[in-house]
Order: sequence, then C-alpha cells, then structure tokens
Amino acid sequence: MSLTEVNVTINGKSYSEWVEPRMLLSDFIRETCGLTGTHVGCEHGVCGACTINMDGLAVRSCLIFAVQADNCEITTVEGLACSGELTALQKNFIECHGLQCGFCTAGILMSITDFLEKNPQPSVKEIKETLSGHLCRCTGYEGIVKAVEKTVQDNNKEVLQRS
Amino acid sequence: MDKVIGKAVTRVEDMRLLTGQGKYIDDIGTPSQTFQAAILRSSSPHAKIVSIDTAEAEKMAGVKAVITGEQVKEYLEPFSVGVSAPVQYYPIAIDKVRYVGEPVAVVIAKSRYIAEDAMELIKVKYETLPPVVDIEGSLEKDAPVLHENVGSNIANHRTFNYGEVDQAFEEADAIIKHKYLFPKYTATPVETYGIIAHYESSEKQYTVHANFHGPFVIQAIMAQALKIPSNKLRIIVPKDIGGSYGIKAGTFPYMVLLSVASRIAGCPVKWIEDRQEHLSASSSGTDRVTYIEAAVKKDGKVTGLRMKMIDNVGAYIRAPEPACLYRTHANSTGAYDIPNLHIDAYAIMTNKLPTGLIRGYGGQELYFPLERIMQKIAFELNLDPADVIRRNLIQKDQFPYKTASGGLYDSGDYIKGFELALETGKYEEFRKKQEEARKDGKIFGVGLACIVEPSGSNMGYITVALTPEERAKSLPKSGCSEAATVSMDPMGSVNVRISTTPSGQGHETVAAQIVSEVLSIPSDKIKVVAELDTSTSAWSIASGSYSSRFASLGSSAVFYAANKVKEKLMKIASHQLNVDESELELRNGAFYVKSDPAKKYALKRAAGSAHWNPLSLPEGMEPGIYETYYYSIKAAEPPDENDLINSSVTYGFVADLVTVEIDPETGEINILDYITIHDAGKLLNPLIVDGQIFGGLAHGLGGALFEELVYDNKGQLLTGSFMDYLCPTAPEIPNVTIKHIETPSPMTPLGAKGLGEGNTMSAPVAVANAVSDALSPYNVAIDTLPLSPNRIWTLLNEAKENNHKEVTI
Repeated sequence: MSLTEVNVTINGKSYSEWVEPRMLLSDFIRETCGLTGTHVGCEHGVCGACTINMDGLAVRSCLIFAVQADNCEITTVEGLACSGELTALQKNFIECHGLQCGFCTAGILMSITDFLEKNPQPSVKEIKETLSGHLCRCTGYEGIVKAVEKTVQDNNKEVLQRS
Repeated sequence: MDKVIGKAVTRVEDMRLLTGQGKYIDDIGTPSQTFQAAILRSSSPHAKIVSIDTAEAEKMAGVKAVITGEQVKEYLEPFSVGVSAPVQYYPIAIDKVRYVGEPVAVVIAKSRYIAEDAMELIKVKYETLPPVVDIEGSLEKDAPVLHENVGSNIANHRTFNYGEVDQAFEEADAIIKHKYLFPKYTATPVETYGIIAHYESSEKQYTVHANFHGPFVIQAIMAQALKIPSNKLRIIVPKDIGGSYGIKAGTFPYMVLLSVASRIAGCPVKWIEDRQEHLSASSSGTDRVTYIEAAVKKDGKVTGLRMKMIDNVGAYIRAPEPACLYRTHANSTGAYDIPNLHIDAYAIMTNKLPTGLIRGYGGQELYFPLERIMQKIAFELNLDPADVIRRNLIQKDQFPYKTASGGLYDSGDYIKGFELALETGKYEEFRKKQEEARKDGKIFGVGLACIVEPSGSNMGYITVALTPEERAKSLPKSGCSEAATVSMDPMGSVNVRISTTPSGQGHETVAAQIVSEVLSIPSDKIKVVAELDTSTSAWSIASGSYSSRFASLGSSAVFYAANKVKEKLMKIASHQLNVDESELELRNGAFYVKSDPAKKYALKRAAGSAHWNPLSLPEGMEPGIYETYYYSIKAAEPPDENDLINSSVTYGFVADLVTVEIDPETGEINILDYITIHDAGKLLNPLIVDGQIFGGLAHGLGGALFEELVYDNKGQLLTGSFMDYLCPTAPEIPNVTIKHIETPSPMTPLGAKGLGEGNTMSAPVAVANAVSDALSPYNVAIDTLPLSPNRIWTLLNEAKENNHKEVTI
C-alpha cells in the first residue's frame, strides 16, 4: 500500500512520518510516535479510552485516520502535565480515587479537560452526560464524578480569589 | 510514626497512570523481530471443519506463517480440567468448531493490518451441524452432542445431601419452589487480552508476557498442555493490567496458542485482542438454571433447601470450571441458618463461548434464586420480606458458624448489618410511601438482599467436582497460599515483591501501608514491585488476583514477610546494643532501648550492616535482608469424605436495600436509592474499599439491568460490540449509600476480609426483588435478567391481558 506523508504536532513536538492511509490515528500515536499513554479499548468509538485533543476538540483517535490529522495540533495525556506538575483535574483524580486500573483514565482526562475549558460551571448532570461517552468498569464512576466536581469547585475558588 | 493500616491514603499507582506512563501489556515493548498475530475465528456455532486452504494467505507479502489447528496439535495435549468427562479442549479448533468465535487459524505477519488482510484470504469449508444453546435443551435425549467421545453434553454432575433434608420437607408447613435463570454476561475490562509469546529453541523455553492474573495453578495446566517441564514456561505479568474482574484468567488458552504459534513461525509473536474478539471469544460468566425449593415453617423460618443447579459452561469445560458451581459451596445457604441442604449440580455444554472467572463468580448465580425465593416465601405466607430475612439470619452468638455444607463463617453480626440497611433506607417509611403512590397509579418497590461474600478461595474446593472415591485416587488439594518478599538493600531502602498481579485494586499502595507500619518507615520510602515473573518471583498455585484474596491472603503474606525482616533487624540491633530483644521497641525508623531511650540503633544501619559488614552479625546469621513468607490458612482444608468443604477462608456480609420506581408506560426502571451495608472485617484502606464496592455495584447493576451476551437459537452471538452489549455509564448509576460495620476476622493477622465482589453478587437479585415487589399487585415476578424496559413492559402488559394470572418469563 502506498504511503502518505503526515505532519502533525503532538504535545508541542513535530512529527513528520510516512504512513499507510488506512492507519488509525490511535495506532499512529501509540506505535509510530511511541506515545502509549493513549489507550485503545474498542476501536469502534464507544469506550472513549482513545480520546485525545485535536485542534481544540476532544475526539476519538480510533475513529480517525492518521492522514486526517495532517497539519493538526494534538494533545495526548502525556501533554497534560507537561510542566511536570499535575493539572488540578489530575490531582483530584488522586484525591477522589477517580481511577483504579487506569486504562480508561487517559481518555476521560482528555474529554473532561476539553469539557471544563468550554463549560467551567457544569451541573452534576452535565458532568455525568459528558462521562457517558466513556466506559469505566472499575470505579462505578463515583470517584470520577467527584474528581470533576471538585475541580469545578477549585476553579471557582480560584476565580473568586482573583476577582 | 502514626498507624497507617486502615487509613484512607491515596494511591502510589496513580501518578504513572494519570500521566500516561502506565505499563500495560501493549506498552512494554517487544523483542526484536516480533511479528503480529491475527486470529481467524469460526462463524459457525457447530460444524465439522472439512478443509482449510491457507495458500493464498501465505503468499501475501509480509506474512510469516498461517497456522491451523492440525499444526498446533502436534505440540499440545488437551488442557486438563477438574472433571472426569473426557472433554478435549485445545486453544484452537482441531476438527470441529463448537462456538462462534472459536479460533480456526492464526496469521503471523509484519503488522496487524497485513495479518487481517491475509486472514480474509483463508478459505474454510464447514459442514454445519445442528447447534444447541438452551441449557435444558442440552439435556434432552435428542439434543445435538458437542463432544461425541463424552456421549452427552454433561461435563459434570454431583449430588450432595447435608442434614435431614427429606425430614425437613416432610415437616414443613409450606414448600415454596420456583425456577430461575441467571443469564450469561461478562465484565468487559476496557483493556482486552494481550500476549507476547517467544519460543527459544536453544533453551526449549517459552517466555510469555500476558495480562494474565492467575490463579497460577493454571501455569501448571499450561505447561502440561505444552508438554514441557513447568520451568520451561516463563510467564511475566506486567505491573499494570487494564481491569479484569476475573475475565483475564481466560487469557490462558491464548497464551498457549500464541506460544505454539511462535514456535511454528520461528519468531516472537504479539497479539492484542480486539473488542469483537473479546465479546465473542474471551470468557464470560456462567448462565445457570436453578430449581429451588424451600421447606418453610409458617412463621417464615426455612428449615431445608433443595437446589438443582444447571451451569452452562459453554462449548468446552475448561479450568477453573466447573468452579462456578462450587466456589460458593460452603455458603450455599447464604446468610441464613439452614441446616438441611440438598444440591443437585450439573455443568453442561452448549454452543456458546466457554466460561470462566468473573467478578462475584458463582455468587450472583447462587443468590439470584436464593434471595428471590426468600421474597417469594414472604409473599406466599403473607409476611413482610424483612421479617422473613430476620427470622432466618445467623445470629451473632452463632459465630464462628458451621454451615450445612462445611463452611466456617469466621465472624459477623448479620442482624446489625441488616437492621442498619433497613434504618438507612427508611424501610417502614418507604412502605407507607409505596402504599400512597399505588393509589396514584405509581409503581414503587423495595428490594432486600442479604448475602455472604466469600473471599480467599480454598484451592481444594474445586475437587468437590469429583466424588469422594475419585478424589481418593489422587493427592488431596488444600490451602490458599500466597507469597510476598520484603527486602532491604545495602543503603537500607525497602523493596516489596508481591504475587497478587493487581488489575487496579491498589495492591502496591496497601502493601506499602502494611510494610510501613511494621517497619516504621514512611510508606513513600517503600517500593512495591507488582510485576510477577514465574521464574524469579515467589509464588504458588493460589497466587494471583481473584476471589478477593488480597485483603485476606496477599496482605497477610506481606505482613508476615515484613515481620520476618523486622525480627532479623531486631536481632542485629540487640546484638549491637548488647541488650535483650525484649528490651527493644521499633519506632521512627530506629530500635530504642525501652529503659534508656537515649540508646538507639537505626533500622537502616541494621540493614546496612547485614550487607556491608556481615562479620558483625550475630553468630550464625545469614548476611543480607531478603525475606519471603508463604502464607496459608489452616481452615482451607481439603473436602472430607462427606463432601464437607470450607470453600473460602473469610466470609464478609452484605445487606442491600434498593428502592425503585417503574414507569408503567415504558417499563423503565428508575432506581431511587441503593443502600448497601458491608462487613468486610478490618478495612485496610477505606478509600480503596469504597472504590472497589462502587465498581462491584456498578457491575451488579449492569447485570441487573443491561448486560447479557445474547445468542439466537441458532447459536449466533447478537451482542458482538459495545453498541449491543450495554455497560452502565455514569448517568445510569443511581444514588448509592455505602456503610460499614467491622467485625474483624479471627482468621487473618490484620482482621481483614476480601471485598469488592459482594454487590456484583447481590445487586442483580436486590433489584429483581425491588421490581418484583413493585409489580406484585400485577402478579408479575422476575425470574430472569437483565430487566430491560422491553422485558418489564412485556411482562406488565401480558399480566394486564391475562387478567392478573401468574406470569412467568
């Protein structure tokens, strides 16, 4: 199969690679770029484990071909704490026991990070609706919902302190 | 230093998992020249393989090998299994396929993409045979037989009589009986199976990396199947497993298949299962038909039980089956004081995916009929279901309680737990509310369930599948051994090695807590290594992560290994300070002389001297600090000649109260409140405890409401993707209240019992009881699951049409 060039920025770093047009973006990220923090759980867009941020949007990387990401900016879970310090959401996942096996966690962090950027004051119902795009078989979602709620509260406090 | 055991400390695992640095099977890298495998699977539920033409596939560029069952068979014996029926189970179809999804050929290629392309070029000719999918249908005289050499579809059949069952039934005021079906469902860890297998001809050794979590008795079964000495099968389990809930014990046939594929292809091979493969061909829970009969006094006291249980183990019986029938054998009478028990247990085979471990294993299948019949007793005798439960619960002063079938319930206060559930769920108040709501045409219901949660399996229990005479022909099996190693390096740093292959339960965290407290060292200074390597780790047949065994067994092994280290260090300190050991106490990382606290000897220094200056050690002491402890519990005895067996070593208690509202228009069930009371003995880390409980409950609710591996009557799987196999997501989880009582186990050094499976066992029946309670005015009772809106709507409407005649599913 012929190869196509893909130029993509992931977590601030440029990657220029030749790939088969049928290669999934999730495989590209994991195998070609070696960023194994993004996980693959179903390859049909239901479980949400492979969620990444592409050009400011949380998307399923198993439903996108690598060639579609040409000239795009991607953030994966490895890019969240790039300064070495965990984000507030990541910290609250620890605090609220929002993860057990951790396999679905990367996708959830990517979805919720995007969600909170766009909806800084979500209701619990909205949080749960957003999480409905992710399967977690360990936690029963309780710790995850709490971690997101706490992040919203922390952000509110920060905003109040600033004003 | 403060006590850390029992504290809700956050987890050491989280940092790597939150930053994408977890090391799951698909992340650990591969040996050079590793090829990728894809597996061609049967599209037919039951057929003879006439021919397999691999010529075209082999010609494709990038393909290294195409391997069929005939080739694989040369290197294998059938897997051994704990029943006497001569079922021949190989990890790939040899001459027949017996379920949709059964492996038929393995393609080894440069990439998975190429392997899957080549797979499409393989031509398999089948001669189809009639399938059998129904449990009782498999027992009919003219049923198609899956394994001709067995002669029937029965893989195992045993009958048990405990106490005076016939007398209890003769003397009963009422006999309440019914038939229930617990369906086939699964657990769907988000990470699928993954295997990297490498055969090295120079060593004649297989090295297999896999997300397999035991029981490691299966290592022996795999080595036997591969016809090699067991030390030529090295299994390495990565430190991170992306969930399992029992299902990943089912990786073992694939570990063997890929091992042989590596040998034939002459290169290391890697296979990552896809989701469709997982749903059709990994492993699943066991579907069971139960005919249950209770001998009851008019006050609701149950004096005897008869259960005919028919387990469907799928197309092949394989280890650890028929364990679903026997894992709960000791606790067959649940939380109730029922001295007379008859069990007629069958494991049968049909053209469905073979079964295996799953969270709750055997518990949900047992408690569904048991707790349904308790409610039915109340309804038929016109009693309050809560009163029937009260009348039958084992009393506090009866502990340790010996069950009819040989179980030894270690501790508990069931009445206290149950009353707490009623009080927390405002049972009486809800009954009044329900009455009012009925007047307004609303359908409210409350369901109760009390269950005993067994943990830490006795490895002897599976031999109950054999008759006492058959058992007598081989060595007895017993115990529940687990091992842990605690070591200190020359600089005094602590390493802990565990063999409990965690898949998210936080074993690294809890092991660090325990060692921290024993050695008086901050837990962040302790490194816990969770990778298991059968060539270098301390392990035994019971090792692994299943039957909630970490809290009862794994943690105990860690505790005793740490104590061995402490004892050695104390001897060193005593020698150096020239005081008796009884004069010393360990705190803040140093041994202090009790009578003269100014005199102390640092723990690090004691450890250091064992490495740097061994000549300074007490006479006869070995240098180094490296202690392994193998832990088992005496109560895990082999079954006796009367088939009495204590199948687990610790027994927790769960009391659930769930309230529901049913939409009469759509049949949708809305869970209003879920109250669950747990007694798991001493809790080691309450943060992790509640996380485990929530997870187990979500799975139980999935089983109650959504999840089923559905096959049509021709044996085709209808739920092969996450679009059809429905798992609960965040909005489906109701309000949940968890409360704990703690009656420490006298069996374990820390008083802990296992947990996390309880609600997977209890929630399906608790919800079914709530729905039956809600629908009792319509004479609708729930006999099977899951309770989809469609099922409820149909039942409700049939009941209305039948003018309140009894309706069964």
